[in-house]
Amino acid sequence: MKIAFTAAGTTWESMIDPRFGRTEFFIVYNDETQEVSVVDNSAVKNEAHGAGTATAQKIFEIKPDVLITGNGPGENAATALKQLNMKIFVNAHNMTIKEAYENYKNGKLQSL
Amino acid sequence: MINNPPLKIGIASGKGGTGKTLLSTNLAAYLSLTQPTLLVDLDVEEPDDFLFVRGTTQSITDQYKMIPVWDEKACTLCGICSKTCKYHAVIQLGSIILVFKELCHSCYACSELCPAGALPMQKHKMGEIKTITSGNLTFIESRLNIGEEQAVPLIHQTHERVEKTHGDIPLQIFDCPPGTSCPVVASTRNVDFVVLVTEPTPFGLNDLRLAVETMKEIHKPVGVVINRYGIGNSDVEMYCREAGIPVLAKIRYDRRIAELYSNGQLVYDKIEDMQTSLDNIIKAIQNVVRKN
Repeated sequence: MKIAFTAAGTTWESMIDPRFGRTEFFIVYNDETQEVSVVDNSAVKNEAHGAGTATAQKIFEIKPDVLITGNGPGENAATALKQLNMKIFVNAHNMTIKEAYENYKNGKLQSL
Repeated sequence: MINNPPLKIGIASGKGGTGKTLLSTNLAAYLSLTQPTLLVDLDVEEPDDFLFVRGTTQSITDQYKMIPVWDEKACTLCGICSKTCKYHAVIQLGSIILVFKELCHSCYACSELCPAGALPMQKHKMGEIKTITSGNLTFIESRLNIGEEQAVPLIHQTHERVEKTHGDIPLQIFDCPPGTSCPVVASTRNVDFVVLVTEPTPFGLNDLRLAVETMKEIHKPVGVVINRYGIGNSDVEMYCREAGIPVLAKIRYDRRIAELYSNGQLVYDKIEDMQTSLDNIIKAIQNVVRKN
């Protein structure tokens, strides 16, 4: 299963980026193969408009089964994400990616 | 006889709640006592001049913007549309194209570049323009529908309408939105002079500076009206003096103005100094515009 985190950095110890549309990176963890990969989304900071839909397009290409983030996607991004068969967990801000993963495993994250 | 071109005055502020509506409605009503005057409420996201203008509704027209609509059957899923859209208003998710009409800037790029013609442009109602007359005063209210995110297209359409149907009215006052972003620039783009209404507080000064910078950028002559004069401090006046910006009038802080205003009343005929202030404002503007 592929799990994507909105991340402010590129390592397991990086903090969760609470924003969906304007997250700098996605850290993608495959818990079957234990592979970790990083997707750079930092180009989005040049976008005055439509960051949410642009990032939604990006996550569609990653096709994770689970998305873990902070505030949750905005309205436009949420509309786009409905097209994906993906579970979204929110309120993981102020956690490292590792902590967020552990909390997710223990069922402590709120699902959207 | 040679007609003078109309005098177009923008009332803007930077900071919200400083008195744009108070000044716009009172200036327009006062000037209309002696000559035909136009008042246009361009604060399309929350127009409120209508609270102070009582007249006869002449027309209400629907205003539209053009947005692309996806024709699933014609679409070949080539992806050109989503790569083209600078605003990410059109995105492709696998075999689905999603159009976000609030993000769309009606640039037609996706529609024109679609090789299959699968994104025809369609009308989408974004708001209304209402025309009201009251004696010598023509009042135009431009109102954006709730949920619409873009004020600029409607502001442009309102300017076009004014130009076409009321271009000959000698005095034209445009009540602009607060702030310093695109809607303000769109509102003030064809005025001759911009009045910046502020209050003598640190907040007023901070946002006044931003508004002055914005107007400098688009080469508009400006003057300042200090509302609620007597509260706060003298930093706004010092700033205007140092920056060489004329202070057109100071409207004294007066509880009676707040009371009248909150009851939907105009104040120019009830508060003694008000007509002098309005006269000073219009004379100063006429002097600056004539010199240019």
